[in-house]
Amino acid sequence: MRVRGLPASRGGGVGVVPDAGRDRGQGVLQELLLLFYKMLGFLKHPVVVTANINLNVVALTAVGLLSRLWQLSYPGAVVFDEVYYGQYISFYMKRIFFLDGSGPPFGHMLLALGGYLGGFDGNFLWNRIGAEYSSNVPVRSLRLLPAAAGALSVPMAYQILLELGSSHCAAMGAALLMLIENALITQSRLMLLESVLIFFNLLAVLSYLKFSNSQKQRPFSPSWWFWLMLTGVACSCAVGVKYVGVFTYLLVLAVAGVHAWHLIGDRTLSNVCVLGHLLARAAALLVTPAATYVLFFYVHLSLAYRSGPHDQIMSSAFQASLEGGLARITQGQPLEVAYGSQVTLKNVFGKPVPCWLHSHQSTYPVVYESGRGSSHQQQVTCYPFKDVNNWWIVKDPGRHQLVVNNPPKPVRHGDVVQLVHGMTTRFLNTHDVAAPLSPHSQEVSCYVDYNISMPAQNLWRLEIVNRDSDTEVWKTILSEVRLVHVNTSTVLKLSGAHLPDWGFRQLEVVGEKMARAYHESTVWNVEEHRYGKSQEQKEREVELHSPAQMDVSRNLSFVARFLELQWRMLTAKSDGSEHKYSSSPLDWVTLDTSIAYWLHPRTSAQIHLLGNVVIWASAGLATVLYVLLFVWYLLRRRRKICDLPEDSWLRWVLAGALCAGGWAVNYLPFFLMEKTLFLYHYLPALAFQILLLPVVLEHISDHLCRTQLLRSLFSALLVAWYSCACHVFNALRPLTYGDRSLSPSELKALRWKDSWDILIRKQ
Amino acid sequence: MPPVVGGGLAGSELRSRRCGPQTATVVGPDKTADPAARSLKRPAWGSRHFEAAGRWALLALVTLLSFATRFHRLDQPPHVCWDETHFGKMGSYYINRTFFFDVHPPLGKMLIGLAGYLSGYDGTFLFQKPGDKYEHHNYMGMRGFCAFLGSLLVPFAYLTVWELSKSLPAALLTAALLTFDTGCLTLSQYILLDPILMFFIMAAMLSTVKYNSCANRPFSAPWWFWLSLTGINLAGALGVKFVGLFIILQVGWNTISDLWHLFGDLSLSMVTVGKHLAARVLCLIVLPLTLYTATYAVHFTVLNKSGPGDGFFSSAFQSRLSGNNLHNASIPEHLAYGSVITVKNLRMAIGYLHSHRHLYPEGIGARQQQVTTYLHKDYNNLWIIKKHNTNADPLDPSFPVEFVRHGDIIRLEHKETSRNLHSHYHEAPLTRKHYQVTGYGINGTGDSNDFWRIEVVNRKFGNRIKVLRSRIRLIHLVTGCVLGSSGKVLPKWGWEQLEVTCTPYLKETLNSIWNVEDHINPKLPNISLEVLQPSFPEVLLESHMVMIRGNSGLKPKDNEFTSKPWHWPINYQGLRFSGINDTDFRVYLLGNPVVWWLNLLSIALYLLLGSAIAIAVQRGARLPAEVEGLSQVLLRGGGQLLLGWALHYFPFFLMGRILYFHHYFPAMLFSSMLTGILWDTLLRLWAWSLASSSLARGLYVVGNLGLLLGTAYSFYLFHPLAYGMVGPLAQDPQSPMAGLRWLESWDF
Repeated sequence: MRVRGLPASRGGGVGVVPDAGRDRGQGVLQELLLLFYKMLGFLKHPVVVTANINLNVVALTAVGLLSRLWQLSYPGAVVFDEVYYGQYISFYMKRIFFLDGSGPPFGHMLLALGGYLGGFDGNFLWNRIGAEYSSNVPVRSLRLLPAAAGALSVPMAYQILLELGSSHCAAMGAALLMLIENALITQSRLMLLESVLIFFNLLAVLSYLKFSNSQKQRPFSPSWWFWLMLTGVACSCAVGVKYVGVFTYLLVLAVAGVHAWHLIGDRTLSNVCVLGHLLARAAALLVTPAATYVLFFYVHLSLAYRSGPHDQIMSSAFQASLEGGLARITQGQPLEVAYGSQVTLKNVFGKPVPCWLHSHQSTYPVVYESGRGSSHQQQVTCYPFKDVNNWWIVKDPGRHQLVVNNPPKPVRHGDVVQLVHGMTTRFLNTHDVAAPLSPHSQEVSCYVDYNISMPAQNLWRLEIVNRDSDTEVWKTILSEVRLVHVNTSTVLKLSGAHLPDWGFRQLEVVGEKMARAYHESTVWNVEEHRYGKSQEQKEREVELHSPAQMDVSRNLSFVARFLELQWRMLTAKSDGSEHKYSSSPLDWVTLDTSIAYWLHPRTSAQIHLLGNVVIWASAGLATVLYVLLFVWYLLRRRRKICDLPEDSWLRWVLAGALCAGGWAVNYLPFFLMEKTLFLYHYLPALAFQILLLPVVLEHISDHLCRTQLLRSLFSALLVAWYSCACHVFNALRPLTYGDRSLSPSELKALRWKDSWDILIRKQ
Repeated sequence: MPPVVGGGLAGSELRSRRCGPQTATVVGPDKTADPAARSLKRPAWGSRHFEAAGRWALLALVTLLSFATRFHRLDQPPHVCWDETHFGKMGSYYINRTFFFDVHPPLGKMLIGLAGYLSGYDGTFLFQKPGDKYEHHNYMGMRGFCAFLGSLLVPFAYLTVWELSKSLPAALLTAALLTFDTGCLTLSQYILLDPILMFFIMAAMLSTVKYNSCANRPFSAPWWFWLSLTGINLAGALGVKFVGLFIILQVGWNTISDLWHLFGDLSLSMVTVGKHLAARVLCLIVLPLTLYTATYAVHFTVLNKSGPGDGFFSSAFQSRLSGNNLHNASIPEHLAYGSVITVKNLRMAIGYLHSHRHLYPEGIGARQQQVTTYLHKDYNNLWIIKKHNTNADPLDPSFPVEFVRHGDIIRLEHKETSRNLHSHYHEAPLTRKHYQVTGYGINGTGDSNDFWRIEVVNRKFGNRIKVLRSRIRLIHLVTGCVLGSSGKVLPKWGWEQLEVTCTPYLKETLNSIWNVEDHINPKLPNISLEVLQPSFPEVLLESHMVMIRGNSGLKPKDNEFTSKPWHWPINYQGLRFSGINDTDFRVYLLGNPVVWWLNLLSIALYLLLGSAIAIAVQRGARLPAEVEGLSQVLLRGGGQLLLGWALHYFPFFLMGRILYFHHYFPAMLFSSMLTGILWDTLLRLWAWSLASSSLARGLYVVGNLGLLLGTAYSFYLFHPLAYGMVGPLAQDPQSPMAGLRWLESWDF
């Protein structure tokens, strides 16, 4: 079935060209309609499935699975970073909220899916590498997903090379190299995310190639749409597993951008048709990935809804939206802060640690160690633990009572208030005295009248930062407020410094003079809140000690939760501590480093992350060779000397852009990163490099070996080289699978580089 | 055409590159040669004769105006403002010839010093802190020099834009934007590196553009002149601040695309192309590198006295400085038991192994004496090498001299407090995975945790240990860890010295390698240190390492207000140069918001217009000749400026160091030039699209005049920011500036 006026060939496009200006509007409309038909062309045909099985792919998948899944549940102990990812799996199983600054939650979710399918209850203490798994941990199913992803990379390498226009022989070569790369195998067989990342990276490239190859024959066909959408989804999955996936995404976007630019230049297509193409690409490669990425967070937040150990990092509002934890306390608090309210004030910035405004009986020392003097008034600090001394009472300066009127009189933006410390009934005060550790700011104290002509300055103007109107009411948890001192225009701020012993190592709170500059450390929010009822101090103290309770619940919208979680993840600081096996990117290319993953508790059977040196070396050489050849051809072409026919040149460039480019974008950014780096960070780059290797070899054989004799010689060399790689794979296999205990002399013999820390037990 | 990646991309790029300059050269003469045909659409400026004369007159006017604004009230305020405290001080160091350390390369400060010297400043003012009165000291020479360079920015921008667009109104608008920008004005009026940096950047840009316009006469005298001038200015820019690297990238990109175009021109032989390449290598690589190195040569020759910067550098380096205790010193060559030594970390800017009579505070490891590293020379840096098993005084003349050898087990006793260097299984104060290092024992008697094995890196066992030369590691015998410094700053209790730890990770990093610097042993003969003096390349390398480390050490603290790069183009917040209170003389570095927001708008418009034109061309649309010319100017000239803006702006997003508002100013220069070209093009396009020529001409004139006068008026409004204001702060409604506080975040 075919729509009338819709030519089958690509070049014809939607060729209705209106001749008169009057018809133009109508013509465009018509064209748009036709284009729309065309874009939805896949609905016009029945869905036909034609099985077309490439036995190569089947065979490769089989050996891939065999190599990755063999004895998967061995070792039955925590191996290396499983100790890290394992705890997140447990969190998911128990539905506890967590935050991992190292990457978005999709990867963790996939691992947890394995746990879910294997019936894992989450009860395992992930505290030590080498700890034996208890019987409730379904090791095999936990490791199955990464292993399957690793196994599928093998046939995918084959497919990618075919789509790049290489021969079956070269494509087989790429797959076979993937198959015997020891580091890839080791990394796939454990609960780690690199193999999943590599899988999605390759999937993104493969589906983009499929899409762009079907562009020539059948644009807007079902398979065209399928591959285009799959590209977008795979890209966002890669980003969702680890942030470094974003580099592959950008690479695919760049290639798609160049292709789209050529499309714009294709004058055989009508404007409307080009527009359709561009819109389809934008939808699939920009909108879809963004939506999928947000979806990951949606699933994450709906799965992990209980409060847990990572709550503290989040804002009060976020915590209140989790089940248990803060929500249990704040559930049912009155929403509007009124004069007489009892509140705890949490700093929004919360760095170095989340804390609450605090005061206690102790005063500032008369003279500091540095010789400067203080006001000797009562200390005001920020305290990272819940404490009865964190309670403050919001007081109307014009009234004496510390209780809430009936009806309560809410505090609004711009109102002037006093803050009374609940346990000591002293007023929050600041004055022109240098703060203990930040001499450029003012000291904040609870005012003690020493009768020494230092008057109380305890009026604060309330500024609600996230207000919608200028008469907004101060709301519990939701309102982010700044307290601006009326007399000196300073603003209450958490300086982040720890006070010395006299301040019990609590955090310093100061009056910041640069009140205009906005910084989150000057913003506070009410966390716990209740309306004060007790007139007398004694009663009030009892009241402060009793837990707050009332019953209104409030929920944060998903978008707000997503944005906050994402922001905190990106700004979460990993302590850039060194690690015994950390390495620098320079060590990776030459494989000058290794990681001991696991050692058998009794024998010297061990798992060690080591690459197949033959493959690493030749892949590195191939990359250099590619770049040299590329530059050489490019320069010669510029002088109008074409060594390669046009179509093989274009294939050569595309292969380079994706494979060498993939290597570069997955490797070079690490030089700019400040986090602790390990050898396994190089594996995604290596996967791309392995794809490039057969391309270069095939090119040498096809274009540089001029005679048949040379070609045969080269093939013989290749066979020898591949058997060499197989031999290395075999030699390192005991360290890859960890299944066989080697004698110390055998282990010493395997220590081909001094920098490899293969573990040898002392006899 | 099949949509395939690289080939098509490269190919199409090549094609456009190749035809680009040709059309440009065609457009150029066409404009001047055919004024009659174009005068219909070409507004107001009339005949060619008038244009030529007017151009020079305008240039003179622009320059004059620029100088007038920059030199007006240059002496106010007569006290140290903001970073003058650093750069003025460093200028004085040059006059006094004392060695100092700064994170920026030396040229800028050297020029400041020179200006001060020539104007009769004697280098005696201390520049202690902002607000210090200059009194009788002559500071006008240095300020005048900076203002002079700052004033030249305007004519440079004018000429650059004229060269790129051949349009006087565009050049004039650019000049007006810069002249009337309060930010540029303020930044040019003080003793700072920025006017010098911006001068070199703009000069490099101007000479690149000039040399590009000589492309049709290669190897002619002006061609060589502008090419080598580009190289000289690049060296200058890099010599003032490392930000100069961005203009080098810009010029580099320009040169590569230029060479690529020449290479593709088959009418040129390979020899000619080779000559072109060689000329560029000579003028843009060899010449700047030589000059850049030369500035360091001058720097090290002038600064030959010991000063505050010594400790940042290696021991060998310090022996060059007169006044330093290593200068002309002679010390025993080989380490022996009983020697009194100082031990210096090999990592730059870590310092000497140090201890003092203060204990680690409660809760931080064992409550024993602190061991730190300290950058300055001090008696507390002295340690005595002793044998691990005897406490006999090895300096007793009855004992023979016994040398310390590689692999020996030793004890290091702190000379002032007689405590031993000690480590144990407590976690270090800051680096939790390392062990704590303390001073332990009384009068040299401690326990087995005081024993260290001394090893020389890459040496055989049994060798003697040389002063300064040997790179040694100290390995703790009991725990097997290595003595090192993490480079982290201890809190107040540790006097903000650096943490010393014993690291269980045995990898050889510079942090855990030390050398012996001072060495006192009366029983040994002294040798002269002259032989150890490093060569100039070594010195050059070392000073760069120290600078890079210093730069990356400037990290913002979490809870401080810091300027973020996204604040800058929107003019979100200024910098206080002088004064806080209403009685102070206040100067506030803030861009003229009218200019800056116009710039911001222009970048957005440019991107829109540019991509629209590019897509139209790619779709094969035929542009009318007039539009074709304008779009060439817009894409090629504007493109260069946009690249300049992007190169001088976006890298700051990647920088971890602390950033300030004034870092944006080089980018702002490019953005103002882009604005000039963009609005001129827009007005011309608009005028062209109108039917009536008189209406078009009128519109064009009114548009240009409006922009010029608007900028001037906004300067009239905002000039107190730059020239200084006294009186109530702007948040006070009584202040004359109250109505001008358009953003909450402005703080003047």
